[in-house]
Amino acid sequence: MIKLVIDGKPVEAEEGANLVEAAGENGVYIPTLCYLKGEPCIGTCRVCSVRVNGNVTAACSVTVDDGMEVDVDEPEVADMRRALVEALFAEGNHNCPSCEKSGRCELQAVGYETGMVVSRFPYRYPPRDRDVGARHLWLERDRCIFCQRCVEHIRDRTSGHKIFSINGRGSRARIEIDVELADQMPPEQVREAMDICPVGCILEKRVGFDVPMGQRKFEVQTHRERATEGTSNE
Amino acid sequence: MSSSIQSILHRYGSDRTRLLDVLWDVQDEFGYIPDDAVRELASGLNTTALDIRETASFYHFFRDRPSGRYTLYLSNTVIAKMKGFDAVSKALQAETGACFGGVDSTGTFGLEQTSCIGLSDQEPAMLVDKVVFTRLTPEKVVDIIARLRQGETPEQIANPGGLPPQALDYVDALVESNIHQAGPVFFDRGTRVREVLERWLGRNPDELILAATESRLRGRGGAGFSVGLKWRLCRESDADTRYVICNADEGEPGTFKDRVLLTRSPLQVFAGMTIAAHATAAREGIVYLRAEYFYLKAYLEAQLQLLRDEGLLGRDILGRGLDFDIRIQMGAGAYICGDESALIESCEGKRGTPRLKPPFPVYQGYLGKPTAVCNVETFATVTRVMELGASWFEGLGTKDSCGTRLLSISGDCARPGIYEIEWGVTLNHVLALVGARNARAVQLSGPSGECLSVEKDGHRKFCYSDLSCNGSMMIFDYSRDLLGVVRDFMQFFVDESCGICTPCRSGNEDLLRKIDLFMAGKARPSDIDDLQSWGRIIQRTSRCGLGGTSPKPILTTLGKFPELFEAADHPAHDTLLPSFDHVQAFSAYDRAHAALDKERS
Amino acid sequence: MSERTPEAEYSHELPRLALDENTRRQRGEKIKVSMIGLCGCWGCSLSLLDVDERILELLDHITILRSSFTDIKRIPERCTIGFIEGGVANEENFETLQHYRENCDVLISVGACAIWGGVPAMRNARTELEDCLREAYADSVTRPGEGPSLIPLHDELPRIADRVYPCHEVVKMDYFIPGCPPDGDAIFRVLNDLLNGRPIDLPTSINRYD
Repeated sequence: MIKLVIDGKPVEAEEGANLVEAAGENGVYIPTLCYLKGEPCIGTCRVCSVRVNGNVTAACSVTVDDGMEVDVDEPEVADMRRALVEALFAEGNHNCPSCEKSGRCELQAVGYETGMVVSRFPYRYPPRDRDVGARHLWLERDRCIFCQRCVEHIRDRTSGHKIFSINGRGSRARIEIDVELADQMPPEQVREAMDICPVGCILEKRVGFDVPMGQRKFEVQTHRERATEGTSNE
Repeated sequence: MSSSIQSILHRYGSDRTRLLDVLWDVQDEFGYIPDDAVRELASGLNTTALDIRETASFYHFFRDRPSGRYTLYLSNTVIAKMKGFDAVSKALQAETGACFGGVDSTGTFGLEQTSCIGLSDQEPAMLVDKVVFTRLTPEKVVDIIARLRQGETPEQIANPGGLPPQALDYVDALVESNIHQAGPVFFDRGTRVREVLERWLGRNPDELILAATESRLRGRGGAGFSVGLKWRLCRESDADTRYVICNADEGEPGTFKDRVLLTRSPLQVFAGMTIAAHATAAREGIVYLRAEYFYLKAYLEAQLQLLRDEGLLGRDILGRGLDFDIRIQMGAGAYICGDESALIESCEGKRGTPRLKPPFPVYQGYLGKPTAVCNVETFATVTRVMELGASWFEGLGTKDSCGTRLLSISGDCARPGIYEIEWGVTLNHVLALVGARNARAVQLSGPSGECLSVEKDGHRKFCYSDLSCNGSMMIFDYSRDLLGVVRDFMQFFVDESCGICTPCRSGNEDLLRKIDLFMAGKARPSDIDDLQSWGRIIQRTSRCGLGGTSPKPILTTLGKFPELFEAADHPAHDTLLPSFDHVQAFSAYDRAHAALDKERS
Repeated sequence: MSERTPEAEYSHELPRLALDENTRRQRGEKIKVSMIGLCGCWGCSLSLLDVDERILELLDHITILRSSFTDIKRIPERCTIGFIEGGVANEENFETLQHYRENCDVLISVGACAIWGGVPAMRNARTELEDCLREAYADSVTRPGEGPSLIPLHDELPRIADRVYPCHEVVKMDYFIPGCPPDGDAIFRVLNDLLNGRPIDLPTSINRYD
């Protein structure tokens, strides 16, 4: 075990642990969107930005070090995290009232946790095409936050090829789906792809969302609780 | 199609990591990268068509649709706009019959704009495919387009003497070098490359690292990292092989010193790479050359061959048992590839997305092996340092900034071009040197650098602890619209953001819209606060140096010229936000109504 | 609405009954609150009713001069607090919002539509106004007949905006209560904080976007 200081409080963590995990185990919540426990860090959303030894860094990309000083709740860096969530809301079309994933959406859950009520950035209402070409799932790109979880973590099980890929650069970049490979996905991988998507962009066809309000994923256990107390059975 | 694709694949051993070369050859063959070719490449490279597109669509110069027989890329840099861009762009559209972003009706000319192509000393300039034309005027445009129509090739027009592209004369026929002040390190007299290599390749690599360290040479790319330390870390990394990469991406608008170094002193650069290879125990070197410098490729390859022929490159160099060879990797249009980890990704045939650090390239770089990436100017300097000694070099410049620096001077001055200065001279000194008489502002180190006020900063010194310039110096006099310059720079960052992280992808666009408000006189005092706070968020939370610096044109100009950002004076009782455009909001209905009425009648 | 015709009669100009002296005096001591719906569904106003019996507690301190339920577009005197539901989708919404801004000390965006346009703003990403009108009138299966003047155009009718605007892109808004609609608890909380001079604090547990 090594010792570090989070928000002025000395805590212990396993050597080599990821900062997001180390903080969570010590009851300190760091919001995340692209990060997936146990998977290699992709560091795209930056929503887990904290101060490490004075410098703002994405916590998901940090391995804890002995003597490390971490600030999570410090107002400026907390505001930066909220700003990044606000930027994501303004950049896409995040119509929570009409979204299947509402209540199960990590972006929304992290919005609540960071205290967002409105985006400080102008809402853009970008026109984005949906892709319904694959047999078992479709892309509702309005909601894509370009975290690239699907690109990195969902691969064809025989060839290892990407099923989801990127096209274009900068704010014009978008996620594409390889229809041929997608049509060969076994049902549990289709479900995995939908679950891995933090928002309602990758959706399984012919499946209803029938859990009533009040009993949905993040209403049963909030994003913060999941990070600091572990995930309860679903 | 099949046989030509197969032969292209064969040329690169069906190696997925050589995808950029493969794509260039496909585009040279078909004029663009067709879907059929992509499918065939995918099966030949054991990947998917979308994976190929993932890489291709990242790069500005790769086209996914036909773009005419010739594609013209007009540089739209701030400097071009000061030197007649508008007239030239109008002439281009009129003569070709194409609009920017499109192709003319006969399919002859595709017209595009592109960011700085490294010719700020001779703008307006454009690329016609891979051939460059400089100092454009409307008359020149008329002539070029007419001759292209008559069947002359771009090479024939730019190089009427029919010089072979391997010759220095060919490069000189296309572009000027404009060296106005040579110095002790570069250009004044030839470095004796053979002597240097003979002297150093026989020695223990530790001695080289020691010499580099003692010279206190710091990387010239901008970060200023100690060259000796970089070599040592790379050498000490446990691996079976290592790489040396020369960063010739020179994408920072306003910079062109690497172009001139590669033109006038390529052997000095390559020798520096060879020395670095010996120091780090590397066996392969790569020069990552930006696509805008395609016209240098044949010449540089001839120079590499010259070294091989003389036994200074390749197997068993000078009989000392050192194997080291260099290949040229062409980029394809992406500023972000100037970032060393993005450059490495690009060399591996992928999108130029900066990697997460750690691990740093000295530990895990190209193909996962320890890699020393240095700038063109750094390698050229290395050779000179090894020739004349660390203590000689250390004696140049100032205590904390040794040696000299190449400046690429452009904008409002009498003699734009290349100047070698010793660290320690003042901004005023340089301005006098280049004949800048009425200078108001200087953008130092390009858009990612800082805006200086000549009045406030003229006394400041070029050195790592003050003006740690990366070589680009754009001068603006009192007639220029500095806010327009800032807007241009922000547009550049919006266009060049790779998009992988939220703050840079999204935030730069928001900053650009804010600047538009100031330019339209619709800003409020709180918009200045937003510029500062949003800029800080982008700088702090972005994944790489692009977002780390992109707000600087705004923040540093705001610091030096706050009067430019004065919010329009809106009456206190005016409840409506000045940014709300009433006319735009409510005139659409009448227009839509009229259009639909017309449609129905 | 650029012009008004002589026969026009606006809701806020209708004759009002005079208040008795006692009520008038009691109201004079209370904090004045007005509410209006712009382009929305009135769901947020209904959510206010979910405050339930706590409204009685509130009414000890506030008087509601204008409520969305009467939909009277102008307020008769300066108010401390204005509640805005709905986004700005036409000229009438614009004028009403501006009137509220001019006559309220504190203005609150209540609900998804006021904050970012909500469901009506789905047209922002998809279509030009012309396409919306074509869909709604010209190509509508319920269109009344074939005629050139199918699309309404009249001086008394508000012109529809090119897109739906969040209220804070038109005038300065002071506070935001998200939700579609917001929880009655959230509305109560904000009102209560304001009345008691506390900084607004919307706890995570009642902050909702749907």
